Amino acid sequence: MTTERMSTGHTSGGTTTPDPTSAEAGNPEAGSGVTKRGGGRERHTKGLLKGALRGLGLALVSLPLSVLAFALILVSIALIPAGVGIVTTPYVLNGARTYANWRRVLAAEWGGVRIPPAYRPVPKDANPWARTFGMLRDPATWRELLWLPVDMTAGFVTALLPAVLLLYPLEGFALAAGLWRVMPDPYWYGFVPVGDRTSALGAGALALGLLFSAHFLSPSVLAAHYRLTRAILSPGQGELEERVRVLTETRRDAVDTSAAELRRIERDLHDGAQARLVAMGMDLGTIETLLDKDPQKARQLIAQARKSSVEALSELRELVRGIHPPVLAERGLGDAVRALALRLPVATEVNVDLPGRAEAPVESAAYFAVSEVLTNAVKHAEADRIWVDLHHTEGHVRVSVTDNGKGGAAIGAGSGLAGVERRLGTFDGVLAVSSPAGGPTMVTMEIPCALS
Amino acid sequence: MRVVLAEDLFLLRDGLVRLLEAHDFEIAAAVESGPELSRALAELDPDVAVVDVRLPPTHTDEGLQCALEARRRRPGLPVLVLSQHVEQLYARELLADGSGAVGYLLKDRVFDAEQFVDAVRRVAAGGTAMDPQVIQQLLARKSADDRPLARLTPREREVLEEMAQGRSNAAIAGKLVVTERAIAKHTANIFAKLGLEVSDDDNRRVLAVLAHLDHGR
Repeated sequence: MTTERMSTGHTSGGTTTPDPTSAEAGNPEAGSGVTKRGGGRERHTKGLLKGALRGLGLALVSLPLSVLAFALILVSIALIPAGVGIVTTPYVLNGARTYANWRRVLAAEWGGVRIPPAYRPVPKDANPWARTFGMLRDPATWRELLWLPVDMTAGFVTALLPAVLLLYPLEGFALAAGLWRVMPDPYWYGFVPVGDRTSALGAGALALGLLFSAHFLSPSVLAAHYRLTRAILSPGQGELEERVRVLTETRRDAVDTSAAELRRIERDLHDGAQARLVAMGMDLGTIETLLDKDPQKARQLIAQARKSSVEALSELRELVRGIHPPVLAERGLGDAVRALALRLPVATEVNVDLPGRAEAPVESAAYFAVSEVLTNAVKHAEADRIWVDLHHTEGHVRVSVTDNGKGGAAIGAGSGLAGVERRLGTFDGVLAVSSPAGGPTMVTMEIPCALS
Repeated sequence: MRVVLAEDLFLLRDGLVRLLEAHDFEIAAAVESGPELSRALAELDPDVAVVDVRLPPTHTDEGLQCALEARRRRPGLPVLVLSQHVEQLYARELLADGSGAVGYLLKDRVFDAEQFVDAVRRVAAGGTAMDPQVIQQLLARKSADDRPLARLTPREREVLEEMAQGRSNAAIAGKLVVTERAIAKHTANIFAKLGLEVSDDDNRRVLAVLAHLDHGR
């Protein structure tokens, strides 16, 4: 590498912009804007040579490393059931990430191809179990696992090809120059059987052709190598599309649900409290006229009006409980679930470990999810004990509801769990059900949120 | 009898003041927020406090917390808590110190002035006034897995409900339109069936019944 090249590379923006090598590779004239034409051609040749050497090095180093990393990851994951894998997997995956990061740097510096790393943060003080599964849940890990075999095959070939296109012609020239005499007859150079001077010259012509194609092909082959790496390692368009799809779906669910809720509330008010207030008003009007004429009848109506007011209040109370339970507003999720458990006809144990309050919408969603799951357990599971566990870890509120009933619960199948899952989806929450026939049933919910 | 009243809605506060004054209570203070309530309870030393659960500034359970805090400083301070909704959870917290002189009622109970005033007097005298809804919830929960409770006759169950709300034999007799002696017989039967020690002290009796109903939760 010459000093001139170094300076060009650095003044044009270091690693974030295309390296001169690739600029020249893509367009022979691009890197020579400040130099003379002849200099550009000379630099292109140097660039070719350098690219080929880098490719050769890359191919020779990456093949064993990729094979090693791939094998280690597979073995380590296979050993997870045995327990050993839980300890080793984070280390192996971290090693693979270091290797992939090194390749990212090379792709940026040599190929001008930027591949942003997109690893999810792994909590530092988490236990090996959480670290292992945290890393295994990261799509970046699976992209790497896919990339390693591709890198050791297609990646290896594309890295090696420029060097081959440069070195193989040398043999052809040597054959044409006389080496053919000492070679066994017939000696195959490419598709040319070399046996005499004429065919040796043919080999020389082929070598020239190859060298000529190297001049045009090598840069794009190398570029293809880096782009291949990027295509697999970078978080793809597919994930974004999936995210958009999920968001669209959950937003539609949220809008539908809230519209249905509003309709229900309107109907309840219309047929309930509102109607009772109308009746009360009419009774009061009648009482007014009866007060002198028939005090006995008036007293009767007063009792009736009072009864209506009590009923209207109790209906409003139930309605409010369905919109936003007062305990939830007053005490937060933990006590609201405790109060809920106290209303159940089944003995329910509630454990809460929430060092703060979540945002109101999350609290409400979690509350109604727990409420629905508890209702399910009481209605369908024939359980006589229920355990609820609420805690906050790693930025998620986790709720598990376990009952000792008959099991067989599933998402869908009219269990109401599908609705819970949909509503949690609005908050990127998830729901999992484990309910073998014969029980026990365990429903676990997780909603990402911060506590205040 | 001096009352400290805490209720943030003007209409309700005003109505309660008029209701209590009409029944010869002296309103020592009628406040509308938690901090004011705490100050009034500490400085005025009332005979009874009537407190709304939800008060400013937080509009959470500020009133309940103030009442519990005041009772920690002055054990047995009579407190009647009012709310738009009743929760066993809160009832348990109020009863937790075992010293009685607590009431926990739905605001709707104010409609029946006589019964409400009776509840305030009972609490002021060291008794208990639990909302029928709390008792019904407790009974519903307890009945599911409590055999002794299942052995009660319907009449005994009715008497138990009234007793758990904090009423004396005389009051229960009046409400169910029977003689006081009949009620005394029923209560003796109830205590025998539930395996509770009979006590002549009305207040102790109520607390024992409530503790039994809330046991193991």
